[in-house]
Amino acid sequence: MAQIRFIQPDGTENVVEIADSGTSVMLAAIRNGISGIDAECGGCLDCATCHVYVEEGASGLLAPPQPEELELLGSVAAPRKSNSRLSCQLKLPPSITSLIVHIPEAQS
Amino acid sequence: MSGLVVVGASYAGIQAALSARDSGYAERITVVADDHLLPYQRPPLSKDFLLDKVTQDNLVLRDDAFFKLKQIDLILETRVHAIDRHARKLSINGNTVLDFDKLFIGTGSHARRLALPGSNLDGVCYLRSIRDAADLKERLRHAAEIVVIGGGFIGLEVAASASKLGKKVTVIESAPRLLERSVSPLVSQFLLDLHTRHNVDVRLNDTVAGIEGQNGRAAFVTTQGGACLRADLVLVGIGGVANDQLARDAQLNCTNGIVVDDHGMTDDPGIFAAGDCANHYNAYAGDWLRLESVQNAQDQAKAAGLAIAGKTGPYDSVPRFWSDQYDAKLQTVGISRNFDRQSVRGSLESGQFSVFYYKQDRLCAVDSINRAGDQMAARRLIGSGISPSPEQAADLSFDFKSLLTTINAVGA
Ligand SMILES: Cc1cc2nc3c(=O)[nH]c(=O)nc-3n(C[C@H](O)[C@H](O)[C@H](O)COP(=O)(O)OP(=O)(O)OC[C@H]3O[C@@H](n4cnc5c(N)ncnc54)[C@H](O)[C@@H]3O)c2cc1C
Ligand code: FES
Repeated sequence: MAQIRFIQPDGTENVVEIADSGTSVMLAAIRNGISGIDAECGGCLDCATCHVYVEEGASGLLAPPQPEELELLGSVAAPRKSNSRLSCQLKLPPSITSLIVHIPEAQS
Repeated sequence: MSGLVVVGASYAGIQAALSARDSGYAERITVVADDHLLPYQRPPLSKDFLLDKVTQDNLVLRDDAFFKLKQIDLILETRVHAIDRHARKLSINGNTVLDFDKLFIGTGSHARRLALPGSNLDGVCYLRSIRDAADLKERLRHAAEIVVIGGGFIGLEVAASASKLGKKVTVIESAPRLLERSVSPLVSQFLLDLHTRHNVDVRLNDTVAGIEGQNGRAAFVTTQGGACLRADLVLVGIGGVANDQLARDAQLNCTNGIVVDDHGMTDDPGIFAAGDCANHYNAYAGDWLRLESVQNAQDQAKAAGLAIAGKTGPYDSVPRFWSDQYDAKLQTVGISRNFDRQSVRGSLESGQFSVFYYKQDRLCAVDSINRAGDQMAARRLIGSGISPSPEQAADLSFDFKSLLTTINAVGA
């Protein structure tokens, strides 16, 4: 069981609990109706509309992005930062029980 | 007030309900679907799901929490049988009726059936729903020799998955090349080589004559060309057919799908449709099209959702599609049909390239294999009507962003 805190650009927060470590941060968001993550392709690495900023500090605990994710990160609509990730590729390892992600201003 | 009723809870149906709600539609929204599961993703069914890389639970796209939050009522395992346009009622489950003010039809498509001797034998499979996929996965486990009928996206993706699972796979395609209607000859050839390298026996220019059984189960596939192939599993992937019967029975205008305008509106102004079941005039193709893609289902349903909420925002997205086969990710944007010039960026040998297609000097489509960056740039270029020259497209040191920033600066 892990908790993900989604922070909108205007500061509003939503907390979502995920039971299964196989669930991506993107799925956790859209299943629960969190706005700001479009995820047009449903996690198939086709769209780059599931961009998030991972809270600084947590990045080191997560699996690093694979080449395909890095290539798509080059095309995100909002500014790309060092903590940018595609949330469909972000899964929480069992060692992480909470994560804060910031939702960017735009996805497409 | 009876509000909006949505038929079908897949990409189009959910997007239409969500867009209507998010655009200010304040009445009741009810989604009726014949599925037994919450809305799920279909694309992984022919790929990661068959390979056990993703579980059924991880295909679910929307949860009860989503429906509660958006105040959308979801009725599962329920089929809509008829639309009474004059009384504004739907009949569900035989005797129950549901009133509507506005109706959205997102019934999708079904797999075209094979009508040949032996096509009803056990072991002849189709792939459309999660039930089909679970059945196919189980059968694949026990099968050794698989014949895939049809070299389209579903056929080729299943062939790639089956080959990865170590099965002996043969693909039979009647056209002279793979994916004839979707990609250019160059990409067809690349995919043919790719499958051949993975020991898939691809037979072009041949069609199935019949399927022969043993003890009621498929055992051999015979072709017009005279081949007799052993098969303990036959996957039929010969295209999709629009689920437009409900609309046709209600006398809505239908030709190869439900005819809609660029707001997803049918010829009845209170009834909308989008996705695999709809046929629209596509400006990029210069023709009427029924597209079968996630992008089309979602974007077209977005336009319909807006219109339902009394807002406007016509559907004018450039068609996009992707497919995964082995380690090749094919992404395509635009319509390459009738192109008169092509320019290749990257090399086919490296398995990383994009093909830019031009029609009278205008960039009309781009197919990319393992070059997502090109594809993303191409989507923006085509969407804003900018054409890099074929020379620029072929020059790996040329950055498309330079063209895009100019436009953004001008537009701003
Ligand atoms: C195996 C597979 C792989 C695919 N891969 C890709 C891919 O890689 N990329 C891509 O872009 N696209 C892919 N597609 C296509 C994509 O899945 C479809 O274009 C998309 O699902 C269309 O969405 P839709 O909402 O229009 O229709 P559908 O997803 O077909 O959903 C329609 C729903 O309506 C329900 N329904 C129908 N009639 C009724 C009724 N009378 N009452 C109640 N409910 C009803 C159906 O059961 C169904 O659940 C793939 C499709 C399949 C099957
Ligand atoms: S959801 Fe499309 S790339 Fe992540």
